[in-house]
Amino acid sequence: MPERTMFTMGDIACAEGALSAGCRYFGGYPITPATEIAEWMAVRMPELSGAYVQYEDEIASITSVIGASWAGIKAMTATSGPGASLMMEAVGLAVMTETPIVIVNIMRGGPSTGQPTRGQQGDVLQAKWGSHGDYQIIALTPASVQEMFDLTVRAFNLSEKYRVPVFLLADEIVGHMREALVIPDEKSLKLVSRKMPKSEPSEYLPFKPDDDLVPPMALLGTKYQFYATGLTHDERGYPTDSDEVQIELVTRLNEKILRHIDEITEVERYFLDDAEIAIVAYGTPARSARRAVKDARAKGIKAGMLRLKTVWPFPEEPIAQLASDVKHIIVPEQNMGQVYYMVRAFAAPTPVHLMTKPAGTPQLPDEILRKIMEVHAK
Amino acid sequence: MTATAEQVTLKHPMAKYIREDRMPWIYCPGCSIGIVTGMITRAIDTLGIDFSKVVVVSGIGCSGRTSGYFKTGTFHTTHGRAIPFATGVKIANPDLELLVVAGDGDLAAIGGNHLIHACRRNIDMTVVCINNFNYGMTGGQFGPTTEHEKWTQTSPAPIGNIEHPFNLVKLAASSGATFVARWTAVQVRRATKSIEKGITKQGLSFIEIVGACPTAYGRMNRLGEGVDMHKHLLEVTDIQNGLPPHEAELDYARRIVCGEFVDIEKPEYTDVLKQMHAKVRK
Repeated sequence: MPERTMFTMGDIACAEGALSAGCRYFGGYPITPATEIAEWMAVRMPELSGAYVQYEDEIASITSVIGASWAGIKAMTATSGPGASLMMEAVGLAVMTETPIVIVNIMRGGPSTGQPTRGQQGDVLQAKWGSHGDYQIIALTPASVQEMFDLTVRAFNLSEKYRVPVFLLADEIVGHMREALVIPDEKSLKLVSRKMPKSEPSEYLPFKPDDDLVPPMALLGTKYQFYATGLTHDERGYPTDSDEVQIELVTRLNEKILRHIDEITEVERYFLDDAEIAIVAYGTPARSARRAVKDARAKGIKAGMLRLKTVWPFPEEPIAQLASDVKHIIVPEQNMGQVYYMVRAFAAPTPVHLMTKPAGTPQLPDEILRKIMEVHAK
Repeated sequence: MTATAEQVTLKHPMAKYIREDRMPWIYCPGCSIGIVTGMITRAIDTLGIDFSKVVVVSGIGCSGRTSGYFKTGTFHTTHGRAIPFATGVKIANPDLELLVVAGDGDLAAIGGNHLIHACRRNIDMTVVCINNFNYGMTGGQFGPTTEHEKWTQTSPAPIGNIEHPFNLVKLAASSGATFVARWTAVQVRRATKSIEKGITKQGLSFIEIVGACPTAYGRMNRLGEGVDMHKHLLEVTDIQNGLPPHEAELDYARRIVCGEFVDIEKPEYTDVLKQMHAKVRK
């Protein structure tokens, strides 16, 4: 399909991004404020001979997505906090079995049922630490309707490339805002598909990695026979109690992301070249911060912003570099401080100032401006 | 009798379906799971279907280990999630034959919601439930099929289990499964036949195999060794093919009603999905 423009909401842009990325299976359970993704998929999937499947809960939804992926179909689910909590079990399964899937979390107010219709950024640490055990995760954080599309495509590409579950973490405001969306010509989109095995079926070792630490992935129902399990397994996929295999596997599962951190993480630099005070933000607060930076500049304060388009793996290097370039860092988050702690870890000894707001209304431009002025006066 | 070299090289006729490099398997002496694994391979062998198109999925526990012994595409999911995983595979590639092998705890407790909804959806897969009345892998705790007042590690004497069990045949039938059968591990030929029918059936088939867990449940309830338990199953079996499922009682000590209770036709999920796609394209 040639390039087309829509005036639409973030949730729908996300669904269109998934379809453009080749997603043909959506398994989900209705939940505010992610429902529009499911509703859009229910209309669009049949047109593309794909499947919209509504499950009995979020656990079944994401587990079925893992199944669809092993059958060779790009697959995703979309949810919000309460559903994301239920999905954590299968996030671990996808990590352990190295299954490419995309999980969209349109973040609402929490804890628990919280404020379903109001946005928040309370699930950032959950995306990283929510499932048990030691693992790395990739999480992308869009801040506009266009990015809901672009980063969903990227989420699929990263999941296929590294055989990992990838989160798209958008706050409800980004999910529900309406802006212009340009859907590029499908031929211009760069799409990535998982590596398939080339070895003879008799020689195939399903969890033997290549040099990039990612093993080629055989599909169910092919000439390759294999056993995939959430248990610790050797290269044959066979379960084992061995310390050696456990250490090797867990290390590789972490390393296959960490070794490619520079390729995975994306940040946007805004007025940073001569900045003395930098905002580090993602999602909706970054939109307020953009305005606040402009207003601060008008007042003669050298402010700038580093916008995170990836929160996991954490962009350590760009933060460390930023901290050596500026005098102060301000982190406005629509929560009690989550990314803040990561920023602080890599920015030390540069002072990092947190602006918390665990509420549906994000930090407003003038609030961030006031904070910039306050820090500037120090 | 001393074994000749020729006898030593004799292979089990079903070995071609099994990952022999994973033998010996983890099951205790006297366990029924090996018998059920044999039933499944024989059913596949009789049907002559392409084994590479068969996908075996299981959950957690002793029965959960079953998938890993089959020499085809197999997946060992988290606890209770074999059915949702298999559903995703089947919808993504309807040409595949999906077999779910799981225990009573996996299917009826933690995965109970998935079981009833898969029956309701009528998605084409064969669910084989090995019911041994307890959580064996974790050492023998009561589960959703443990009978009232029976002893387990978490329902110890003198009180025993204060809960009452599910009757899985009734549960699957009332949830909408299109083929429902129950056998014990000693009705091997009959059970194998039902598994064949289940695989052939275009819809959700649920086959309960009542088995023995001599290591945990048998020991705690003084039911004897594996052989004793299997002999008992033979004695109390009451074959009643075609009986309305709501009459398919299971009273471990006295009467286990076995047979095929449901065999009905209903539109299958992936078939309907295909028809809907054709409708949209028009």
